[in-house]
Amino acid sequence: MLTLNDTVQAYVAEFHARAAELDGPAELLDTRRRALSRFREFGFPTTRHEEWKYTSVAQLAKTSFVPTQPTLNGQARELAIAGVADCRLVFVNGRYQPNLSFITALPGGVLVTNLASAFRTQGDLLAAHLTQQARFDEQQVFVALNTALMQDGAFVYLPSGRVVEEPIHVLHISTGEGTPSVSHPRNLVILEDDAQTTIIESYVGLNGGAYFTNAVTELVAGERTVIDHYKVELESNSAFHIATQQSRQGTGSNFSTHNFSFGGALVRNDINATLAGRGSEATVNGLYVVGGRQHVDNHTGIDHAQPHCNSHELYKGVIAGSATGVFNGKIFVRRDAQKTDAKQTNQNLLLSRDATINTKPQLQIYADDVKCTHGATVGQLDADALFYLRTRGIPRVEAEALLTFAFASDLLGRIKIAPLRTMLEAELFQRLPKEARA
Amino acid sequence: MLDIRNLHARVEEKEILRGVDLKLKAGEVHAIMGPNGSGKSTLANVLAGRDTFEVTAGDVRLDGKDLLEMNPETRACEGLFLAFQYPVEIPGVTNTYFLKAAVNALRRSRDEEELDAMDFTALIKAKANLLELDTSLLSRPVNEGFSGGEKKRNEIFQMAVLEPRLAILDETDSGLDIDALRIVANGVNALRSPARAFLVVTHYQRLLNYIVPDFVHVLVDGRIVKSGGKELALELEAKGYAGLEDEMAARN
Repeated sequence: MLTLNDTVQAYVAEFHARAAELDGPAELLDTRRRALSRFREFGFPTTRHEEWKYTSVAQLAKTSFVPTQPTLNGQARELAIAGVADCRLVFVNGRYQPNLSFITALPGGVLVTNLASAFRTQGDLLAAHLTQQARFDEQQVFVALNTALMQDGAFVYLPSGRVVEEPIHVLHISTGEGTPSVSHPRNLVILEDDAQTTIIESYVGLNGGAYFTNAVTELVAGERTVIDHYKVELESNSAFHIATQQSRQGTGSNFSTHNFSFGGALVRNDINATLAGRGSEATVNGLYVVGGRQHVDNHTGIDHAQPHCNSHELYKGVIAGSATGVFNGKIFVRRDAQKTDAKQTNQNLLLSRDATINTKPQLQIYADDVKCTHGATVGQLDADALFYLRTRGIPRVEAEALLTFAFASDLLGRIKIAPLRTMLEAELFQRLPKEARA
Repeated sequence: MLDIRNLHARVEEKEILRGVDLKLKAGEVHAIMGPNGSGKSTLANVLAGRDTFEVTAGDVRLDGKDLLEMNPETRACEGLFLAFQYPVEIPGVTNTYFLKAAVNALRRSRDEEELDAMDFTALIKAKANLLELDTSLLSRPVNEGFSGGEKKRNEIFQMAVLEPRLAILDETDSGLDIDALRIVANGVNALRSPARAFLVVTHYQRLLNYIVPDFVHVLVDGRIVKSGGKELALELEAKGYAGLEDEMAARN
């Protein structure tokens, strides 16, 4: 087994070995170097770190992952590209697959492409936005690692006033075969003023093998923009999935993000939304459904930097078997952010004695004329409801599944894209714990 | 059809049923009356299989089968139905979805094919009419935000859809105004048949003006202390339970 230091050194060695092929504008190489030294300096977090108190990455840190070539057989292709959206960018093991991707006709000036292509053609936009949202200080070593080694991902750009009606699906597939592989997907979404779009960002594992996805997504939204964003995590059950999402939105904008975490052995989401313009609104929702020995950790941070902004946050968890969940919800209200209205709710359903949840709201309020509420609940299936269903002839296992599904379904009900909702309903039903399935 | 012998049940350390004996034949309507705390609702819940009550002695047979050995869903499949005193709200599950799951669970248990969407819709429309049930309630989550009267009507509606052989109505009249009471009673009366038995648990005689029983039993302190015809209910109404208790005491 490798020591921690060995694996940190292995990533550093990988950087140097691949430095020549790491694309990007000249300034980016400097940023990569700084990111690498940050990563080397701090290494992997331990549970002594406050932000990683309940999530140990020791196993991840001790595993030697290597980048793997994309290979995908025909059957896997069918499986991975369900008809969720026509416009899609497909990545396999971190690299763009033009032959699997399909770009619909887009309004003038709109760019939907991969980052590696954008490195060559969109230098100005990248210089202005890439790495500007997802910072890598001490608390974000995985962002640092991603920044140092990122090669590809989605690049979406909407000029002022453009509206893309059809959802854009960014699909990251990991084949999960053979030697444990790693990818560092990097997605960048830029909307100029008054633009509107819907983005589905999904991560799918095809085989049961171990791999590591270290994703970073940056979303920059101008004034009066509208973004509906869905992140769907269906990694294989041996996978490590670490993802950081950072959005920044302007005056009068509306940003909603819905995070679905169903797969993976170890999943950590850092979802940060900055309300950087007056009168903007953010909806930050999530659903995590885990069983067996899975571990899922959602850290959300909503930063009210300007006055008259609203944020609504609802995270729900279903935890079965001996799985563990973590929810940490931070809300910052800056000194200038008067008339903030922030609401946070976290509800958890524990389906077994060995299931665990650690939930913690963290509100830091520096303005005095604000409305902030938060509430967290942890419970089991309602015994009265269970009895009621059974007296109508519904078998216990089916009744349990029905109530569990009902608990989770209001988050699925908020999905505006019908095929995605249908797909996730089926996925949820299939993932209901065996002991709670018809 | 139902044969209850010497039934004892308790919750935690408190004994609530202390030797209930009762026989129901197909086609009969029996009313159980009694003061608060006499064990009426406990009897209804024990028969439906609620596990918060512990049966400590006695025997219950449904057409000769040991009812107490069965879990609640098996009892339902054997034809038993409980209309709840306090119907449970189930957010996130629509009435229609719930009923379809129930209907098909019962059909599966009888080795019948599951109903398709069209047949099912036709079935519930007809039954909703019978109960004068606002069909918009069907697409709402089970009992969520229903008024007291709507909840009770929803219980009888479910009974009409599931067509049990033995229906137990637990204080179905409580909280109903006179119009709702009439509708609920009409629903029950429409289901009366030679193949079906009813056990109507109620505190007040009022319901029995509408659902006329064949037999009335008075439950006091966990035992049936008096049985008679429908006139017994009127007698109780006149004398009150206290009068009956005095009479019992005098006789002893």
